[in-house]
Amino acid sequence: MDNLNTYLFIAAILFSLGMFGVITRRNAIAVLMGIELILNSANLNFLAFAKFGGMNMSGHIFALFVIIMAAAEAAVALAIIINIYNNFKSINVDEVRELRQ
Amino acid sequence: MNNLQSLSYYWPEIILTVTILVAIIADLFYSDKDSGKTALWVLGGLILAQIAIYIQDSEIVTTLFMGNLAFDPFASFFKTLIVLATILVIFISQKSSELDGHRTGEYYSLMAIMVFGMFLMASAIDLIMLYLAIEIVSIVSFILAGYLKGDLRSNEAALKYVIYGAFSTGIMLFGMSIIFGLAGSTKFFAIQEAMWNLEGSAQFAFTLAAIFILAGFGYKISAVPFHFWTPDVYEGAPTPITAYLSVAPKAVGFAVIIRFFNTVFGDSGAFIDPSIYTFTTIAWPQLLAVLSVITMTLGNLVALQQNSIKRMLAYSSIAHAGYMLMAIPTLSSQGVYAIMLYLVMYLFMNLGAFFVVIYVKSQGGGESFDDFKGLGWKMPIVGIVMTVFMLSLTGIPPTAGFIGKFYIFASVIKVGPQMYWLAVVGAINSVISLYYYFRVVKVMFLEGEPSETIIVPSPTVLMILFALAIPTVFFGIYWAPIADWVSRSLTLFIKVI
Repeated sequence: MDNLNTYLFIAAILFSLGMFGVITRRNAIAVLMGIELILNSANLNFLAFAKFGGMNMSGHIFALFVIIMAAAEAAVALAIIINIYNNFKSINVDEVRELRQ
Repeated sequence: MNNLQSLSYYWPEIILTVTILVAIIADLFYSDKDSGKTALWVLGGLILAQIAIYIQDSEIVTTLFMGNLAFDPFASFFKTLIVLATILVIFISQKSSELDGHRTGEYYSLMAIMVFGMFLMASAIDLIMLYLAIEIVSIVSFILAGYLKGDLRSNEAALKYVIYGAFSTGIMLFGMSIIFGLAGSTKFFAIQEAMWNLEGSAQFAFTLAAIFILAGFGYKISAVPFHFWTPDVYEGAPTPITAYLSVAPKAVGFAVIIRFFNTVFGDSGAFIDPSIYTFTTIAWPQLLAVLSVITMTLGNLVALQQNSIKRMLAYSSIAHAGYMLMAIPTLSSQGVYAIMLYLVMYLFMNLGAFFVVIYVKSQGGGESFDDFKGLGWKMPIVGIVMTVFMLSLTGIPPTAGFIGKFYIFASVIKVGPQMYWLAVVGAINSVISLYYYFRVVKVMFLEGEPSETIIVPSPTVLMILFALAIPTVFFGIYWAPIADWVSRSLTLFIKVI
């Protein structure tokens, strides 16, 4: 279990699940969760490479920044979703349809 | 260069940082009515930053902060372009009726933050830096797209933007993580060196990762198939923000693509020997050429069917991204030259077209073609100026748009017979675009009843209109200053020191 491939494999699975979530979910919060999965799969990759590749600190730093940015992004996204809920009384992305398709 | 030495090359960004803080604090002291005065602080800061860029604009080419940022004329060019676009958009925003009744202090502060992010994007040569810069720009533009909190369309634009934006940066990030693993470094130059030693499955992984990264970049310039957010966001966002998004982030998006692809796939950033591109399993130039064809064709064909001028301009901006993408597969300094020239021309004509839409709306009109009926008779000056912008967007001489397109096509044809098809498709697309741009002119002058009264815009509106229209015509006749500026800026940072 303790080798690079395991981690890469798990990251790839996480990435695919995230993609799947973003594409199939209609609830805006669930879509956001899918996006978080994608970001975390990238994080896992960074850390696995940094640990097993014998690389410099860049991987750790990168993951740290990704976590910060994910938090900022989630804050903004949630604010937008709250606003959507106040105006539309729904957070189903299919029901938010004011603009021409 | 180490961190301390770098600071003296970092003045524009330092000035911007101070500007952002000052603008946010100053906004606290303004009442709701005066909040728009924050714009003055931001304007002042931008002008100071531009002066700093101008003073620094020298032949020195180096890296800053231990190889995180490049300091080169190429970056300075895009910084100047961004400052110019931002200043124009701040003036345009003053005239927007959509922002009335909103507290606009944050609006301008956020815009300044976006400028900061774009500065970093234009000069990043490290994946961490690039990711952070792209995220700064994206997150702020999500907020700006949804700035009209009570407006359902603005809400929807923000939601779609945040979902597509976060999704594509997520994919890009995954690509970056794989590239980091393969190269063992986040620096572009180290990645480029490492790429030479890849073989077999590692090369395949690298190709896949590069496609993932292309998704992130393609989203920034709204290239097909990463364009789905564009029409909805552009239609729903406040129009000044639409104008801004269609110009500034798109320009730096191209800067990032040029820098990344030339550095990582190219001969360490110098303009390129085409054979280098063949070392990966995918033919990059052909792939990008096909992308550009799909982008402009889709943009143009869908623009034909729109009833809203704002939405039509959104699709037209997708088409223009396609035209500019045409020059990337040429793999020549001429291609990069053409893109940079086109971006300057595009800035004036596109902002101009959006400003006319904003102005007409603020005068009680709307954004659809029906609202523009008879406009040429009611507001002759606005009608004529809009005609100029439409001519220029189509690319008819003697306008700036023609010069931009001319250089793009010239760079494509110069490559040789294998690229002629691309130029032909581009030309056909320009003809298609003639239809919908001229529909605006037709609606303005040939439909609706001539009105009795003539509305003459206020002096400030006239000033903005002419500030955008005069360059559009002037650079179509005498573009030597722009051409000089672009050719001086064609130096990218090349080798690791």
